Amino acid sequence: MLNLKGPQGRWNFFMIAGILGLYGLIQLLAAAKILLSYHLQILSLACINIILVVSLNLIMGFTGQFSLGHAGFLAIGAYLSASLTVFYQLPFWLALIASGLAAAFVGVLIGLPALRLRGDYLAIATLGFGEIIRVIILNISAVGGPRGFTGIPRHTTFGLTYFLMIAAVVIIKNFIYSAHGRACISIREDETAAGSLGINTTYYKVVAFAIGAMFAGVAGALFSHYMQFISPTTGQIGFMRSVDILIMLVLGGLGNLTGSVVVAVFLTFLPEFLRGFAEYRMLIYPVLLLLMMLFRPEGLMGKTELSYSYLENIFSKFKRKGLRPDGTN
Amino acid sequence: MEWYALLIQQVINGLALGSVYSLIALGYTMVYGIIKLINFAHGEIYMLGAYFGFYAITVWKLHLAPALIISMALASLLGIVLERIAYKPLRNAPRIAALITAIGASLFLQSAAQFTFGANFKPFPQVIPFKRIALGPAYITNRQLIMFGVALILMVVLHIIVQYTRVGRAMRAVSLDKEAAMLMGINVDRIISFTFALGSSLAAAGGILVGMYYNRIDPYMGMMPGLKGFTAAVLGGIGVIPGAVIGGLIMGTAENLVVAFGSSTFRDAVAFAILILVLLLKPGGLLGKSENEKV
Amino acid sequence: MPILEVNDLHIYYGMIHALRGISFTVEQGEIVTLLGANGAGKSTTLRAISGLIPKTEGEIIFEGEELGKIPAHQIVGRGLSQVPEGRRIFATLSVEENLLLGAYLRKNKKEIRKDLHYVYKLFPRLLERKNQRGGNLSGGEQQMLAMGRGLISRPKLLLLDEPSMGLAPILVREIFNTIREINQQGTTVLLVEQNAALALDLADRAYVLETGEVSVEGDAKTLAQDSRIRRAYLGA
Repeated sequence: MLNLKGPQGRWNFFMIAGILGLYGLIQLLAAAKILLSYHLQILSLACINIILVVSLNLIMGFTGQFSLGHAGFLAIGAYLSASLTVFYQLPFWLALIASGLAAAFVGVLIGLPALRLRGDYLAIATLGFGEIIRVIILNISAVGGPRGFTGIPRHTTFGLTYFLMIAAVVIIKNFIYSAHGRACISIREDETAAGSLGINTTYYKVVAFAIGAMFAGVAGALFSHYMQFISPTTGQIGFMRSVDILIMLVLGGLGNLTGSVVVAVFLTFLPEFLRGFAEYRMLIYPVLLLLMMLFRPEGLMGKTELSYSYLENIFSKFKRKGLRPDGTN
Repeated sequence: MEWYALLIQQVINGLALGSVYSLIALGYTMVYGIIKLINFAHGEIYMLGAYFGFYAITVWKLHLAPALIISMALASLLGIVLERIAYKPLRNAPRIAALITAIGASLFLQSAAQFTFGANFKPFPQVIPFKRIALGPAYITNRQLIMFGVALILMVVLHIIVQYTRVGRAMRAVSLDKEAAMLMGINVDRIISFTFALGSSLAAAGGILVGMYYNRIDPYMGMMPGLKGFTAAVLGGIGVIPGAVIGGLIMGTAENLVVAFGSSTFRDAVAFAILILVLLLKPGGLLGKSENEKV
Repeated sequence: MPILEVNDLHIYYGMIHALRGISFTVEQGEIVTLLGANGAGKSTTLRAISGLIPKTEGEIIFEGEELGKIPAHQIVGRGLSQVPEGRRIFATLSVEENLLLGAYLRKNKKEIRKDLHYVYKLFPRLLERKNQRGGNLSGGEQQMLAMGRGLISRPKLLLLDEPSMGLAPILVREIFNTIREINQQGTTVLLVEQNAALALDLADRAYVLETGEVSVEGDAKTLAQDSRIRRAYLGA
């Protein structure tokens, strides 16, 4: 149950107020024509990217399973949902749920080899899975094959992506801070030790893949119903998209949710507002990755998460500085 | 064409392409053997090797053989620099960090090539006039013969270096036990550099051969062959040098047969399907020891 | 001047203080043994001397030269070679290739051939198996190979880490006889052993390590009679 009492409760209350307030503010600015539809589109893409990065973080950052096929889950969600709404006229919410479930199912399929493979082998295998999904799509002429899937209705609104993004972050955060999440983290830290402590490593790896894939699938459905067009040849769903998500994750910090959110937003906006940057980004990002791995492998945010206890810590330090017991400064 | 003629033709084409995959796979397998890292940027070295060859032929007006040698030398240097900058500082870091850097290095080289050489493809100069030689019901081209020949020569040279020279012995020692190698007086850093140089030069040769074969090169040409070369290495048993050769030939042939008798859009999926099947069924590869993951 | 002098050597593994300032010397022509229980710091000491782990503090002086800043692979060239714990044979390389790697830094092919014969004379069983893979040898043969590999660099000082480990008593005696023979031919030996009785019988002098410090030192024959040593390490 949501706790609204005590200091933690106050924090929860402020978070909810903040989330709703931010949404209200954006809608207000949009109504006043200060934020144009172009801005709202970038904001929506930022939310979709957050979902993708946070869900990859669960697989890679928290459970330690190197995955290079995250765009494959996105592809499943994007194409399945589009097929359902275009060919079967299903309502969008149903298509969204179906996308999440289908991607989760494939996530389990991909999680199964993860039981046997570690590190770089798993990375390559997931890369392979992602590309196979792409090649299969390329060969289904009903969804446009290499020409892409056009004429997808625009069902995604900013509000929907915003709240689904919030849901994804909250669900994954709660998962991580539960006993299940600790089990996942123990697999990342030392799989053998985790296994010998009685943690069912097989189960948790598959669960991490399933949940991560599910949200990526949802993100895919949001994406295709926002862009109204999806194609297997333009980098929307291929290996480079997986790498894009990976870059955001690494810069934000493996195993840091706040970092994922901040960097996903930042890197979605940056190429849009810094004209020269878009052109050079694939030269700059790799250098950043190397510098990051060398000097700050824990990500830009380090271990710091935006949370009640973090703020309380800062606040109490501040208070301690303010007044000593003996009344001096 | 009769079906069996087509079959023979595709096997010939497949083996030609496969010999290049073998060259790439050798680099992967040697580097993996020695520092246990998938050098994701290996495909980019192959691509840059093709560009080096391109400029040697068009700007310096060199013939194929000297261009090949120059390109291999430049690629060796590049491999050494790559290892020094991107991998050496992370040698004791978690594997995930080194792997991320490797992906970064690959992206960097690809975009750098795109900026330097342009994003569009360049027609590779026709150094060798095209000739076809009848081989039963099928044909083999003189370019395919060159591919086989160059690949074969390089593999023999590599085999001699690894098996019968002092530095080759040191390479094998370092890949088995770095600390014990140090106790023998082996400069492990230098042997790792040498391994990168060797692997990179083979990739560069592969790049030129493919440039010549398809008459075109572009900054993205390294990605797929890179992944296929890796698959070939895994298929043959990573760290096992003959395995890389066999893996490459199988990959090339399988790919051409699927294209001929199936659909060309599945060309790249073949590689990944093989990769995943091998990883799941026989992770040690065809010639590798089926060794369980060490704890 | 001692051939090897270790002064106040401290080593940390992260937060663990593994060596707490040990000092000892090895004179030219001696066999010196370091004794002690598991985890006392014997192997750590040898690894530090060979440059495999960095020292935190103290001096390691070999023939008047401080080894601290010299990378591991350059130390062999100065005449100090180590036969590591667990033998560390290159398993997929042949016996002869393993031996040749021991002579990696030497250039003169004729000299190497000569020393190869010397090793084969010392361990005739290696000659019989020279084309077999190192990994296929028995434990005793692997120990011989490791020692031959260490000797073929013509060291002035040979470090031996637990040569008796996991071997049948009869093989242990054979190995120890060979160590004596090597020493008599002019190679100084620093021996780390758990088998204190054998080591004290062979060595000229001994140091006993306890939790990273030298607790007892002295003449090997005297220590073998020392009641504390007898109780703690000789089971008497």
